[in-house]
Amino acid sequence: MKKLMIGLAALSLAAGLGVASAEDQKLTVAVSIPAADHGWTGGVVYHATRAAKLLEAAHPGLKIIIKTSPDGASQASALEDLTTQGINALVVLPHNSDELTGPIKKVKSKGVFITVVDRALSDPTINDLYVAGNNPELGRVAGQYMKEKLGKADIVVIRGLPIVIDEERQKGFDDAIKGSDIKVLDKQFGNWSRDDAFKVMQDYLTKFAKIDAVWCQDDDMAVGVLEAIKQSKRTDVKLVIGGAGMKDMIKKVADGDAMMPVNVLYPPAMVASALEMTVSGLYDKVPVRGKYILDATLVTKENAKEFYFPDSPF
Amino acid sequence: MTVMTKTRARFNLKAAAPFVALFVLIALGAFVHPKFLTFDNLVQNVATRTSFIAIIAIGATFVMASGGLDLSVGSIAAFVAGVMLIYLKSGGPEAGVGMIALAIGLAILVGAACGLANGLITTVGKIEPFIVTLGTMVILRSLFTYLANGGSISISPDLKDIYAPVYSGTFVGVPIPVLTVLAVAAVAAFLLYRTVFGRHVIAVGSNEDVARYSGIAVNRVKLWTYIIQGICVGIAITLYVPRLGSANSATGLFWELQAITAVVIGGTLLKGGTGRIAGTVAGAFLLEVIGNILTLSNVNVYLIGAVQGTIIIIAMLVQRSLMRKS
Repeated sequence: MKKLMIGLAALSLAAGLGVASAEDQKLTVAVSIPAADHGWTGGVVYHATRAAKLLEAAHPGLKIIIKTSPDGASQASALEDLTTQGINALVVLPHNSDELTGPIKKVKSKGVFITVVDRALSDPTINDLYVAGNNPELGRVAGQYMKEKLGKADIVVIRGLPIVIDEERQKGFDDAIKGSDIKVLDKQFGNWSRDDAFKVMQDYLTKFAKIDAVWCQDDDMAVGVLEAIKQSKRTDVKLVIGGAGMKDMIKKVADGDAMMPVNVLYPPAMVASALEMTVSGLYDKVPVRGKYILDATLVTKENAKEFYFPDSPF
Repeated sequence: MTVMTKTRARFNLKAAAPFVALFVLIALGAFVHPKFLTFDNLVQNVATRTSFIAIIAIGATFVMASGGLDLSVGSIAAFVAGVMLIYLKSGGPEAGVGMIALAIGLAILVGAACGLANGLITTVGKIEPFIVTLGTMVILRSLFTYLANGGSISISPDLKDIYAPVYSGTFVGVPIPVLTVLAVAAVAAFLLYRTVFGRHVIAVGSNEDVARYSGIAVNRVKLWTYIIQGICVGIAITLYVPRLGSANSATGLFWELQAITAVVIGGTLLKGGTGRIAGTVAGAFLLEVIGNILTLSNVNVYLIGAVQGTIIIIAMLVQRSLMRKS
């Protein structure tokens, strides 16, 4: 009997709370992102979680479900599960375009607002909002800087993985240095991994007697590159350019590191921009449909402080 | 008498097979780039960076010789690295050599504990090691991601500089990681070939039921192979951490596949019953040499994977045909 009383009391309390928060519209937003399989995606998870907390505090009726998936197939299943729970909007950073265009289209057919982040779908009509960094620009800015800074140089490139992002960055870089005296000695894949980039760089240093500069497309790989150069005690490498804005590398730029004077931004926090825009579209009815492309800002010693997040895991 | 010599001859050829494959590959490398056959490339770079996989694969030789399998080594590696780095970070700016020594001890202990868990679940729980270690692989990977808050864990550059010589330093001209591999291999070979435990490992791998009827404590033997595997991962990580002074979610990724491949190339059978320590080390080195040759060569970057796979298969064919001879 006593138990029943307590139960009833709890129930009425819960109902009371429900009434109170009903003033704020009850909406559910799902965030589907890749699991933290390298530094950058780790940053995506961090910023998505951080933004979700802030937004839920600002909108009492809002529920944000964050789901990470280790690969494309499990992300497709996760999307089905999320849709079954009933969602109003989906913010998705797809593992790859080909595999997930279909599943996301299915979610869309249930009347869900679709925000795609970073990796474009094969069918661009599906997304209501598209938020992305600028991959060709990331390559172009790095190439442009190298051309202006070095003029004539023999350089090596460490690419990521053979996917669209990598190709876009590479093409931007190639276009920027076209017709200049920057000569690319070699391009190999470092799989966006510190350890693999370390190996590739060690082998580059064996293969080529003189290397003026390295472009490695991503700051995780820059960690391995810098260590390989340091251990080889070679002094010919004058410049290493990474990209994405990892905190350790931004700090090097801010401290005026001679070998790494600049960085090119490709912030994982873009998932937070996407989530904020999606939620303000839902609650405040501000127009957000369209494409939002972030700049690939050149980070230098002067502006580095703006982009330094010591608490972020990336 | 003739039968005796014949078996011995076959045994020697079998043991030499991975080394023959390695020799052929090194000869090929010499044609690819003039600097391939230098001490700096083959020892200072390639042999040194083989050390993690080589030591882990030595542990895997015990597990596989007893008929087991451990898919979790890459995740154990990441988890051990995570615990070790967090411990080192906790020391603050005063942390020095003493703390590093304790961290090395901690790494080996945590590795052994992970191995113990794998061994206990496999033997007491009577579950297939494939499933058990697939489970712990996912669990430990997730625990690492949790420790790293989804990103990376790094120690301060000052502390890293103190610890760095463990990876990049040399003793009488030989890189310390290479010496470590040789020391671990020597201890492992003694354990496997010269002790009762080693004979029991082979017996369990050859035929578990017969081993049990012969009075061998099969479960205890299996349990110890997983603990040895864990200790080996711990030792490997004490060499890995000083290289970059950090670990992230790519740490240890696919190391289990590399370790298993090294063991098999080395002549240990997947079904158990044999174990070849020197062959395993040669197998690990062979894998790394292939990668090195391909980067030094001018093979189309998109085709590197295809060439890599082909070379591994050819190396296995050479090795197996030598094993079958006489």
